[in-house]
Amino acid sequence: MTDEAGRRSAADPTPAHFRRLHPLTPVLRGWAWLATAVAFGGQEVLIAGEPSRFLAILPVIALIGFLAGLANWWFTRYGVDGDALRIDSGIFERRSRRVRLDRLQAVDVVRPLAGRLLGVSELRLEVAGGSSTEAPLAYLSADDALALRAELLARAAGIDAATPEAPERVLHEVPPGRLLGSTVLSGMFVMGVALLIALGGILAFFGVEIAAGVLSSALPGVVTIGFALWNQFVRNFGFVLAESPDGFRIRKGLLDTKAQTVPPGRIQGVALRQTILWRLTGWVRVDVDVAGYGVSSGMDGGGSSTLLPVAKYSDAVDVLRRALAGADPAGVPLDPAPRRAAWLRPVGWRRLAFGANDHVIMVREGVFYRTLTVVPHAKTQSVRLTQGPVQRRLALATVHVDTTPGPVDATIRHRPEGQARRLVEDQAFRSRLARKADVPEQWMSPGPTNDAAIG
Amino acid sequence: MDQVFAPPGETWQRVSHRLVDLRRDLLVGWAIALTAIAAALGWWLLGWWAAAAATALGAVTVGWGLWLIDRNWRAWGYAEREDDLLVTRGVLFRELTVVPYGRMQFVDVKSGPLERRFGLATVQLHTASPATDARIPGLPPAEAARLRDRLAALGEARAAGL
Repeated sequence: MTDEAGRRSAADPTPAHFRRLHPLTPVLRGWAWLATAVAFGGQEVLIAGEPSRFLAILPVIALIGFLAGLANWWFTRYGVDGDALRIDSGIFERRSRRVRLDRLQAVDVVRPLAGRLLGVSELRLEVAGGSSTEAPLAYLSADDALALRAELLARAAGIDAATPEAPERVLHEVPPGRLLGSTVLSGMFVMGVALLIALGGILAFFGVEIAAGVLSSALPGVVTIGFALWNQFVRNFGFVLAESPDGFRIRKGLLDTKAQTVPPGRIQGVALRQTILWRLTGWVRVDVDVAGYGVSSGMDGGGSSTLLPVAKYSDAVDVLRRALAGADPAGVPLDPAPRRAAWLRPVGWRRLAFGANDHVIMVREGVFYRTLTVVPHAKTQSVRLTQGPVQRRLALATVHVDTTPGPVDATIRHRPEGQARRLVEDQAFRSRLARKADVPEQWMSPGPTNDAAIG
Repeated sequence: MDQVFAPPGETWQRVSHRLVDLRRDLLVGWAIALTAIAAALGWWLLGWWAAAAATALGAVTVGWGLWLIDRNWRAWGYAEREDDLLVTRGVLFRELTVVPYGRMQFVDVKSGPLERRFGLATVQLHTASPATDARIPGLPPAEAARLRDRLAALGEARAAGL
């Protein structure tokens, strides 16, 4: 430990009640390290063709990895410090990180397969602005993770830290049959099947000689598609969406499991999406923007930003109504784009429409990939009006309602320019009003803690 | 500036005309350098007429560019309203951005070496959305500092949670 780091930690020592992560952490983390070593070393062995030296070195690599992990584990301690979660870590360079709990956007408990076998979990705190998960606590014992989650949520809500976990009410469960059906009715599955049929055709018509060549070049594609489909199915297996005073809870996963908690007022926008194949069964997917989940977990329907991977439209609307106050598609009349928008969007200009009430703005779009986007006024970050040269000739303009990064994106395309300009003004005004009445950051605290939020 | 992108009530605050000087100098500098290279190569490979053509092309480009720069400068504008900041820009692709002060996360003031020579700075407002495009280039440093302080103060006074 260097002098400076020593002084710093002496000035701000880790409080005595702080705890260490689960003792199995170095083993679980060392596993990844060992796998990397094997992958690289194995490659070298294959090239050199002499395994004996590598096999001798392997235990040494494993031991070094394990010792490094052990030291890291020993020097990492976490605990609640004031109104923040604090994690102190690092052997030579001490690092102390504080996560303000009133700014907490979501809490996830992730259990990889190995972790489930050993009875440990990873706790992830999502805060806005971080490019990746700001504070992963890997690993905690399964009970500790749940207890800490309850404590953090209680503190973030502004109530007594000893409050036990709130009861929940299951809103929606995705049966395996429907999940399988939704996977079969995906573009990727259809593409995979088409590829297989094509390969079969080649095999039948041109004989094994030519087919072998084609097969070997097409095989990676088939494997990739199969793996992606399998992944999507396994990740969303047993999907349960529940509602509690702590907000929405999501549990999912067959092998690796994930339990997400998104507190009230953390949802920045919702999008209902339907591919052309899903129109046959009337299924939709529900995606949300949560600051902190970011963009990485977007479109494939398997990431953190999925509120429902597949559901009937009526169920999805029910969830939407619960997620955002006043977001009832039946209660918001949609105003379609003018006919001249067809010059810019020959297919689907009739589907372009938007509507707004006192709480949300709704945008409808898309023919083959239908989307209904809902953004609450209180979560509007900024409003933009854009107009390109062709739009200008047609006296049309596009309004963007900007939200935090994520899969939800409210763009109201091709409106008459006068209306678009009025909409920008109205939206700025409405978002100002709505912010005053929004859910406070500490969603259960008794008093108006948002004194500052007078804007 | 037509009706759609006009400010409500008041007029736009203009950015400094020195921004035009900066861009003009940049354009002319690059144009001279590239034209010289093209003309030299043309003369060497094809003959004097190629050099003449390259020079003519360079001259036309500069003329056109100067006109564009001036037009683009006219399109920039910003307005500080009671509750939000308005920024407009662009001629062919026009944009108007409205950022409520309460949504502001932080303000950047940037001034590169070239900008500093011309006594200019750029103020950029950031919200929690990366799509927010509230950049105002070509401000005199004093105005940039005033705007920064005012935005920071207003942002704090009207701050709301995410």
